[in-house]
Amino acid sequence: MQQSVSIRDLSLNFGNVKVLERLNLDIAQGEFIVLLGPSGCGKSTLLNCIAGLLDVSAGQIFINGKNVTWMEPKDRGIGMVFQSYALYPQMSVEKNLSFGLRVSGMKKDEIDRRVKRASEILQIEPLLQRKPANLSGGQRQRVAIGRALVRDVDVFLFDEPLSNLDAKLRSDLRVEIKRLHQRLKNTMIYVTHDQIEALTLADRIAIMKNGVIQQLADPHTIYNKPTNLYVAGFIGSPAMNFIEGDLRDGAFVAKDGTSIPVGSYAYLNGAGSGPAVLGIRPEHIFVGEAAQGMPYQADVEIEIVEPMGSETLAWTTIAGKPVTFRCSSDIDIHAGDKMRVGFDVARGSLFDAKSENRL
Amino acid sequence: MSQTATMTGTAPATATTEPSGPRPKPFFTPKRIIIYTTLVFFSLYFLFPLYVMVVTSFKTMPEIRFGNIFALPSQVTFDAWIKAWTSACTGLTCEGLAPGFWNSVKITIPSTIISIFIAAVNGYALVNWRFKGSEVFFAILIFGSFVPYQVFLYPLVIITRELGIFGTLQAVIVVHTIFGMPLLTLIFRNYFASLPVELFKAARVDGAGFWRIFFEIMLPMSLPIFVVALILQVTGIWNDFLFGVVFAGTQNYPMTVQLNNIVNSAQGTPEYNVNMAATVLTGLVPLIIYFVSGKLFVRGVAAGAVKG
Repeated sequence: MQQSVSIRDLSLNFGNVKVLERLNLDIAQGEFIVLLGPSGCGKSTLLNCIAGLLDVSAGQIFINGKNVTWMEPKDRGIGMVFQSYALYPQMSVEKNLSFGLRVSGMKKDEIDRRVKRASEILQIEPLLQRKPANLSGGQRQRVAIGRALVRDVDVFLFDEPLSNLDAKLRSDLRVEIKRLHQRLKNTMIYVTHDQIEALTLADRIAIMKNGVIQQLADPHTIYNKPTNLYVAGFIGSPAMNFIEGDLRDGAFVAKDGTSIPVGSYAYLNGAGSGPAVLGIRPEHIFVGEAAQGMPYQADVEIEIVEPMGSETLAWTTIAGKPVTFRCSSDIDIHAGDKMRVGFDVARGSLFDAKSENRL
Repeated sequence: MSQTATMTGTAPATATTEPSGPRPKPFFTPKRIIIYTTLVFFSLYFLFPLYVMVVTSFKTMPEIRFGNIFALPSQVTFDAWIKAWTSACTGLTCEGLAPGFWNSVKITIPSTIISIFIAAVNGYALVNWRFKGSEVFFAILIFGSFVPYQVFLYPLVIITRELGIFGTLQAVIVVHTIFGMPLLTLIFRNYFASLPVELFKAARVDGAGFWRIFFEIMLPMSLPIFVVALILQVTGIWNDFLFGVVFAGTQNYPMTVQLNNIVNSAQGTPEYNVNMAATVLTGLVPLIIYFVSGKLFVRGVAAGAVKG
């Protein structure tokens, strides 16, 4: 299959600081890929390299099979949407949309046709004569997307496009971006630090840390089978529970001596042994009747209860470690209650304590 | 419910003693008195010389000789003003300040436009088109603003002589452009650095080049800082004496040099009313610029100071 964007051994240094190091990434035609990571992990830098706004220190970038490493941004067949919208303040919405086309010397009627189409798709026709200062945040971001849209490019680059919007607008525009992708079927590369955006939008997520891609996989795999401790801890809110201990004789023995059976766990490369970390997500710990039949069960005391509306979050101690679990908000649960909880390590993850990689 | 009821019930009774609504602000507080006294004092301090100048310029010489310099003129006369403009002696010729005024205009307008344009491009390139050694280049440029003008005088005289423009308007214009560069580049650089860099990136993705981004994106956003640069340059160049007297040549002397020649002429009795009128006339241009664009000036200064 034709790759839309290919990155080969890409490195970027700012002086002595290595921001990206020998990074490889292949993105398929029409794929929606999200670069996810904390600030300073190099995700925006990578996007700027793909756009041609930063010169790379080493490596190559291909877009649609063409080596664009030395090309100007405008020649790469990309459109970009920025966090701060970056609309030209002195131009009307229409002029903002058509600026790139006017620069390229396109014919007037073709410009009008493209602006019309983009403003229809994004429903900003009534705003065309306004200045950016007279638009709301959501409208501005729509215009910014429109500016990428009129260029009729194959690859869309989004640099944290929703981070400046309030929570309600953010979830609205998130759905719109997804709809746009389904309609246009362009390749989209989307940078964010918001894991909900990543999980909801992406075909595949690339989780980055210190300029290195930690895991590149579909959201389901990222969430359920994180490749290392970092990914496991980064994805999921509330975070995954971690219990340190040792793997011996087909069981996981926690630091306080609690033995947790791991017979049902699917190892990557055969059964492990030695120091390990057990990770279990809050929703994979069950209470009450659901806990019956789980390979590991324990009677615990509830310490703190956080009702979230649709569900309830409870804090307790398992194997000497503070642990959170989720349960239905219908369950009547209070601090001080004693209850039976249980989980199956098959739903959880085991990591090597030293290399921090998944076992 | 019962609580709100009691509150509305007790409110009228306590309204006079209990604080309620906006806090009263008495006008004559010690703080205010100090502030206004200081302000009035310094206003008078700066305005008094101006008052004396204007009043004197409307007096006749006999009246001035009475010595009441603070008194209003008994008979207002514009003779001193007319003489200062048309027939006061500035060295060898006696044509008043008018030729000097036009010389100053011929010096100020091109110098201002050229220096601001070059500095704006400098600042823009230094912020958005970083090149190898751009920081060093900037440091050297800024260092230039710390070197006293006198140090440059002799080398510049030689340079302009070799270029064949010594003693012409071009020479003064070139010198003013050079000396405007450090400060103007600094304020333009700081202003452009305060604009979101994403705007520049977006324009590059849209395919615009160096000049197109400068003229179509950056310039329309830079009005406040242009006003600041304009005021700095117009007042600086208009008030300049040193470069004018050194580089312009006698027939091109700017207004400041001719004013000096009027005021400092050693022949005859000093005509104070003409001197005062000539001085006010010379200072009029920067004064008008301040009044017209003062508000924009303050806004621009603040904008340029945001980022270093």
